[in-house]
Amino acid sequence: MIDLHGFGDQLLQGAVVTLELALCSLLVGLVLGLLGASAKLSSISVIRWIAHGYTTLIRGIPELLTVLIIYFGATSVLMAIASLFGYEEYIEVGAFAAGVTALGLTFGAYATEVFRGALQSIPKGQHEAAVALGMGTVRKFYRIILPQVWRIALPGLGNLFLVLLKDTALVSVVGLDDIMRKANIAVSSTKEAFLFYLVAAFMYLALTIVSMVLVSYMEKRASRGLARG
Amino acid sequence: MDFSVVVEYFPRLLSGAWVSLQLVFLSVVLGGAFALPIALARISPVAWIRAIPFTYIFFFRGTPLLVQIFLVYYGASQFDAVRESIFWPILKEPFWCAIIAFTLNTSAYTAEIFRGAIQAIPEGEVEACKVVGMSKAQMYRRVLLPRAFGIVLPAYGNEIILMLKGSALASTITILDLTGMARTIIARTYTPIEIFLAAGGIYLAISIVVIALFRQIELRQNRYLGTLSIKVPDKG
Repeated sequence: MIDLHGFGDQLLQGAVVTLELALCSLLVGLVLGLLGASAKLSSISVIRWIAHGYTTLIRGIPELLTVLIIYFGATSVLMAIASLFGYEEYIEVGAFAAGVTALGLTFGAYATEVFRGALQSIPKGQHEAAVALGMGTVRKFYRIILPQVWRIALPGLGNLFLVLLKDTALVSVVGLDDIMRKANIAVSSTKEAFLFYLVAAFMYLALTIVSMVLVSYMEKRASRGLARG
Repeated sequence: MDFSVVVEYFPRLLSGAWVSLQLVFLSVVLGGAFALPIALARISPVAWIRAIPFTYIFFFRGTPLLVQIFLVYYGASQFDAVRESIFWPILKEPFWCAIIAFTLNTSAYTAEIFRGAIQAIPEGEVEACKVVGMSKAQMYRRVLLPRAFGIVLPAYGNEIILMLKGSALASTITILDLTGMARTIIARTYTPIEIFLAAGGIYLAISIVVIALFRQIELRQNRYLGTLSIKVPDKG
């Protein structure tokens, strides 16, 4: 067995933080993606332009830079807003919150394109049928449109989640105690860089494999209503 | 917000951007060169030859780039054998460590893109080559690879953009690329928002140029498809 010098527990705790970060960012990103896609298909041109600006900006800037901008920038932005309301205390944005914001924004920008493609591929007849049955906009969306969009978007979203999972390592740069930072700590006290970074790599690989299995299960489930030819 | 710092430090940001461009260019060229044999081995009919590139690709696509950089930069120097070898002058330089990590990483992604492109060529074209009596090498050189090149271009352009964004990670091993330079400037001026936004703007500008460039190459490479690039020249 490999000797982890007692850092095994620490690395596992890091894995929990990594997973929490990934899942929270996924949630934020999915909401942003749906909003972004609806905005891109909006009939109001200003809303379309905002969504377009959001995706172009986020997709053209390195994820590391997004994390750094949010981490260092959010504090001063929040304090500027708070001082408008007469609150002058120091506000600190933690690494976790900054990470969720940055990775959520990134995931959302890419998911916008995935959802937009899926929304556009729903035949017009489905919308018309739902309206003919007397469904309102909201009910039509979550009963008819969303389940179909979900099926079409899942493979793309699955890939994005794998990218997100790896991007979580970037948040260690601003001091979040994830797998990567725990490995850094272990390296600085044991000097066994190769061993610990390799262990970290295999932990990410394990998370990736588990996510791939889960996504393929969800894909099967989402398309169970489809006749196989 | 005080954007006069951006004006003042803009030349230094540009010199950082130049380092980023060097990192991306070298690793994309080297990665592309490695990717071709990996892709060809990946579609080999022999199972154990297929398994090697599969494992390689799976490892490099399944782990974060940051881990890979640290493995090369901090991991390799842990061994005395490495430090006493002839490769040490290269492996002790952060710049070359970043190039090695980026090359390995991008070659794994690019190999998958190449494989997809080669497999996307219709079976009929392969059969046609055989019918006219081409050898396997001739078939790849004259038909399959030029065809794959045209198919590969959009995905390859994306990979270069991803590499550009990945190159920001070089700043974590003390390289003064665009992000690294921005962080150094901020340590002196305490103006994170202004400088980071300026750096983001430069990255955005580079991406836009790369995208435009690839659109042109794509039009040119796929011009035999017709109608795509018909342009009536202006009079006068």
